[in-house]
Amino acid sequence: MQYSNKVIGHFKNPHNMGAIENPDGLGQVGNPVCGDMMKLYIKVKDNKIENIKFQTLGCAAAIATSSMITDLAKGKTLEQAEKISRSDVSDALGKLPPIKEHCSNLAADALHRAIQDYKKRNK
Amino acid sequence: MIYLDHAATTPLDSDVLKAMQPYFNKLFANSGSIHSAGQEALAGIDKARQQVAHFLNCETNEVIFTSGATESNNLALTGIVDASDIKKPHIITSNIEHPAILEVVKNLKNRGVEVTILPVEHDGIVNTNVVQKEIKDNTILISIMYANNEIGTVQPIKEIGELIKKINEKRKNKIYFHTDATQAAGYLNCDTKSLKTDLLSLSGHKIYGPKGIGVLFVKKGTKIKPFQYGGHQEFNLRAGTLNTPGIVGIGEALSIVKKNRDVNNKRVQHLRDKLIEKTLKEIEGSHLNGSKTKRLPNNANISFDKIEGESIMLNLDFEGIEVSTGSACASGSLSPSYVLLALGLSHLQAHGSIRFSFGKENTIEDVNKTVEALKKIIKRLRLISPIK
Repeated sequence: MQYSNKVIGHFKNPHNMGAIENPDGLGQVGNPVCGDMMKLYIKVKDNKIENIKFQTLGCAAAIATSSMITDLAKGKTLEQAEKISRSDVSDALGKLPPIKEHCSNLAADALHRAIQDYKKRNK
Repeated sequence: MIYLDHAATTPLDSDVLKAMQPYFNKLFANSGSIHSAGQEALAGIDKARQQVAHFLNCETNEVIFTSGATESNNLALTGIVDASDIKKPHIITSNIEHPAILEVVKNLKNRGVEVTILPVEHDGIVNTNVVQKEIKDNTILISIMYANNEIGTVQPIKEIGELIKKINEKRKNKIYFHTDATQAAGYLNCDTKSLKTDLLSLSGHKIYGPKGIGVLFVKKGTKIKPFQYGGHQEFNLRAGTLNTPGIVGIGEALSIVKKNRDVNNKRVQHLRDKLIEKTLKEIEGSHLNGSKTKRLPNNANISFDKIEGESIMLNLDFEGIEVSTGSACASGSLSPSYVLLALGLSHLQAHGSIRFSFGKENTIEDVNKTVEALKKIIKRLRLISPIK
């Protein structure tokens, strides 16, 4: 099992890590059996993701995908962000080891949940 | 590099390398050949067999050279079952054995063998009374590891050996006792007479010897069948041309272990104890897994709350410190270490575990640098973690 340089780069220096106080949407995913848990916070302005931050407990792949999703989603409209998929995240990272595709690529799910949460709050 | 992964493998001792070297290209002949070149190679093997026999306190014809402990374990378990004339034989083992035992047992179960897998106590030790309770009329083999590869806990092998010996005096079909001493061989007394084992496996590369060589001790009179055919080598129990350099290497490695054991154990234990003491004191939410006292002198297995082991391991690697983890992520499976789960740890705790295994080249500087790096890494990972 080997990680790409991009995965290692994001794992070493993750972007947008931390929490947002009073977020407009919060997405939480995780599986303690696999050992991965993630919280994704978004701030929305004019239908765009203005700010996004994450907190993740997990392996290098879990942390790198979390960091990458924040890069991919920041500044996007909600419609654009909803279309970001698991494979977009792993492609942007130069692929994940096969075993990690399944268990540690949770970031897109967390983003979608955060957007759902935002929509629920603003119904 | 600070190498703290000696339970995975050890560097080759330079004296072992020196002993092996002539057997690659000068004394290369087949030890089975009758000519003098072959006899020179055989002399190297004979010497090594004596060194191993001395280490195990057994006869030279009780020493079977294999390709490693995995093969030794396969041969021991399958060979005893195959040689048994009991209709549905029963074997007993523990739930913290290495996969080189558990997977063999699973295969035997699929073949119709009755299997009992014993639990361990919360400290990672097998209870001898529980072993006794599980013995049945059709029990033919009990296999309990000497020391665990992940948490280093040492099992009461002598106690179990004595129990089985006593029970055997009163029964018709003998129960054989096997121990996987792969992790123990570098540190613990492996006198097979005192331990009362019928079979014992060990490996070269865990004891500063070469990879690709192992030993199975088979006590004289043991009913066992080979599973590899094609030659009369190793008393008809293990066919195949002998790996002369490897055999010479493991013989030399074991004789060095025996000579330096007390001094070496004291040294690594001092380093290991310092690491545990400093880590538990200076890093909040860190816990030692497995018995504090009944464990190999070089092993520390520590769980860190609210973070994941692979992340810790890789970050240590970035600092030049090599360790291993019981997290699923490093193993290629989805579930964390079954050994840690067997102790009653939660999945999260098991995922957050790191194994440090010391060796003879480590220093107190290594311990200090490792604890300093750990403090920094764990603080940072907890900052990223959603669990506070």
